[in-house]
Amino acid sequence: MIPMLQRALRIQHTWNLPLRTCQAMAAAAFVLEVVGTNLAWATYTGFPGLMSLSFYPAGARSYVLALSVALALVAVRFTRRRQAGIWASLASFALTLQTLIAISRDGGGLVNVSAGAWITLLGTILGIIAFVALPDDGAPLPSSWPRLPRVLDGLAVVAGIGAAMLLLVYGLSVDPANQFVGLVIALIGGLAALNRLGLFAWLGALYARQQGLSLALIGLAAISFPFTQNGESYWLRVGANVGVLAAAAIGLNVVVGLAGLLDLGYIAFFGVGAYVAALYGNAGLGPSRGHIPFLLIVPLGALVSGLIGVIIGAPTLRLRGDYLAIVTLGFGEIFRIVVNTYDGFTGGPNGLANIPDLAFGSFNFGLPHKVFGITLQGFANYYWAELVLIAIVVFVFSRLDRSRIGRAWVAIREDELAAAAMGINTVAYKLLAFGIGASVAGGSGTIQAHVATQVSPDSFVFMQSVLLLAAVVLGGMGTVPGALVGAAILYAVPEKLRAFSDYRLLIFGVLLILVMRFRPEGMIASKRRQREFHDTEASGSDALSAPPGFAGAVP
Amino acid sequence: MPLLQATGVTKQFGGLRALSNVDLTVEEGEIVGVIGPNGAGKTTFFNCLTGMETRTSGEILFRGAPLPTRPDRVTVAGVARTFQNIRLFHNMTVLENVLVGTHPRSRAGVLSAIGRGPRYKREERKAESTSRELLSFVKLDGLRGELAKSLSYGDQRRLEIARALATDPGLLLLDEPTAGMNASETAGAIALVKAIRARGIGIVLIEHDMRFVFGLCDRVAVLVHGEKMVEGSPAQVQSDERVISAYLGRPAE
Ligand SMILES: Nc1ncnc2c1ncn2[C@@H]1O[C@H](COP(=O)(O)OP(=O)(O)OP(=O)(O)O)[C@@H](O)[C@H]1O
Ligand SMILES: [Mg+2]
Repeated sequence: MIPMLQRALRIQHTWNLPLRTCQAMAAAAFVLEVVGTNLAWATYTGFPGLMSLSFYPAGARSYVLALSVALALVAVRFTRRRQAGIWASLASFALTLQTLIAISRDGGGLVNVSAGAWITLLGTILGIIAFVALPDDGAPLPSSWPRLPRVLDGLAVVAGIGAAMLLLVYGLSVDPANQFVGLVIALIGGLAALNRLGLFAWLGALYARQQGLSLALIGLAAISFPFTQNGESYWLRVGANVGVLAAAAIGLNVVVGLAGLLDLGYIAFFGVGAYVAALYGNAGLGPSRGHIPFLLIVPLGALVSGLIGVIIGAPTLRLRGDYLAIVTLGFGEIFRIVVNTYDGFTGGPNGLANIPDLAFGSFNFGLPHKVFGITLQGFANYYWAELVLIAIVVFVFSRLDRSRIGRAWVAIREDELAAAAMGINTVAYKLLAFGIGASVAGGSGTIQAHVATQVSPDSFVFMQSVLLLAAVVLGGMGTVPGALVGAAILYAVPEKLRAFSDYRLLIFGVLLILVMRFRPEGMIASKRRQREFHDTEASGSDALSAPPGFAGAVP
Repeated sequence: MPLLQATGVTKQFGGLRALSNVDLTVEEGEIVGVIGPNGAGKTTFFNCLTGMETRTSGEILFRGAPLPTRPDRVTVAGVARTFQNIRLFHNMTVLENVLVGTHPRSRAGVLSAIGRGPRYKREERKAESTSRELLSFVKLDGLRGELAKSLSYGDQRRLEIARALATDPGLLLLDEPTAGMNASETAGAIALVKAIRARGIGIVLIEHDMRFVFGLCDRVAVLVHGEKMVEGSPAQVQSDERVISAYLGRPAE
């Protein structure tokens, strides 16, 4: 399956039908898909997306329709970007097939699938054939995207970020799991097609030129997210949970992505922070019943975690090789067992419950507030607090990354002995990275305790460390946007796929393998990683080399 | 006072005595060659000097003071090296490689890297101009933005030298600097080593290319089976009976 896909996507094929024939096939595919999506797909009502109505292409049908427009565009205007066409047609095929299967499963058999679905499926198959057979002269493509005048440049940034925001809000509102899976398929195919059309390379350059504006807008979009939720708290709660993990992921990124140290017990540092907040914060659940103000608890949690990190790292990091991975793995377990055992202090397996909401004076984080006439549920406050934390972490990360210290970390990752020969105290620098990572985790953990209103050893298990590591690898090692996107995908998407929660780890596994195979530098790669993996490939081919998203836009 | 004074350096690998009682002195501004057949212990000698192997016994003085035994401290003290099997930071750019070399001569810590005050900026600017100067010194200024791994073999060797020079050493140890180079690159290497000496840096170099060694070095030491067999001027070494039978008599590498 993989080699097949690979051949279809990357290797020169041998069909080489005449251009006209392929275009005719693509046109036929387009017509079939337009007709098919306008006919009913299901014989019964109740399937999401109103599939039994004709001339009302909502839900999955609208995604197919959008992809078919992309496909037609490629066939007419960008015939040398056949891979964009392949992606679009593959995605619409997978999407149609998935919906068709879901309809027949929900309805109780294939008889419940109407003609529209079959016609569309036929169209998508024809589309795949058309683009796989499209002649490819292999010549490097001139950039077909214009460089805009300065004002439009800015507007394009606004439009791009606005579109991403709308897509996010829409995606969150798509409800049934079936349709959401369809949306994900359509998005993967559509974004891959746009990437092959060079859109993201163009956007990346755009964002790099308009760095200040882009950052401000991304910040603004992030801040305004709670206002899009119509006073509901569900996605704000998810956002608040993702936010702390995203901050922690950036910390892990210093350890793994920059210094190249494998930390398999990272979540325990997060747990240390959470327990510090529960025991000594406003909950005062510790034996001293102490009440340390929250603004002090965050640095305190960071400090305690960082100290523990240094204590564990100091003896371990002297050794070469992957001892650290084993020791951190052990530390994660020890943390869990210690917390379980000393139940007089930590609450044991039951953990510590009823951690009160944060409050500054009369402002209680847990209560709904009205801003500009819009009711915001309490989680919005935590979400914003996390944005502040993330902003600080991002600032520190990017400053360190591009400094003498960041260079020393990367040098150690590349070749430890050579780094030592350059006068770098490798043990101290590894310890520094490890300690900073642990502190970031600890600081984020203190907020997590309040968001979850309870802490218990089950929340800080090995699997969580693995997930966080997966988030960093998936998103892109060594970049801030990568860690953020990775955390968002790994923690927010499962909320949408509760129907498949039994297969969650399986899906992650497959996803990771696919990313490692096709995009080993992660979804949003640092420039360095991107060159690391792709510099040796033919630079003329557009296969996998176009930079995605706004990699490198963050200073 | 000699620049480097190593006395009685011995290294035992289990049952193998890789170095026994090796003495070597390098004067200020001198180029000293170390030759010997494969496995003679030349690289091990460098490793013992730079703290990459712990020596079994022996004393090493650099500018009259004991040389530290940890690799990074050795470099800070002023002894830099290159490696026989090139060890660049492959996925960093050419310029970044040299910038890493400036590490021991700058001191910005975490806080000043985050705060980026004027001191920090001045230091960064200085590191960058030093690095650029060194890259043009080794004639790599056109390749600043390339990844180290994409360089040709000869260019990689020169980049390694630039990176070592960035640490501002008093003594430079070169392990087979011309290995894998063609004739014209080797000629360039001769000029480069002379230019380095002109900067007031002492040099010890390990080489198998005899013409290179005898044409360039002020003094040559011959290691055989971990022992220093002969030491003297190129003319003395070339005419020594023992050297001819033990080493030069064999087919060239
Ligand atoms: N880490 C080690 N452990 C055990 N034996 C070693 C180690 N390093 C080197 N040796 C042995 O010590 C001897 C000297 O090796 P060394 O690399 O110093 O030789 P060399 O003179 O540099 O040779 P070449 O000209 O091939 O580079 C060899 O027999 C080698 O096998
Ligand atoms: Mg050697």
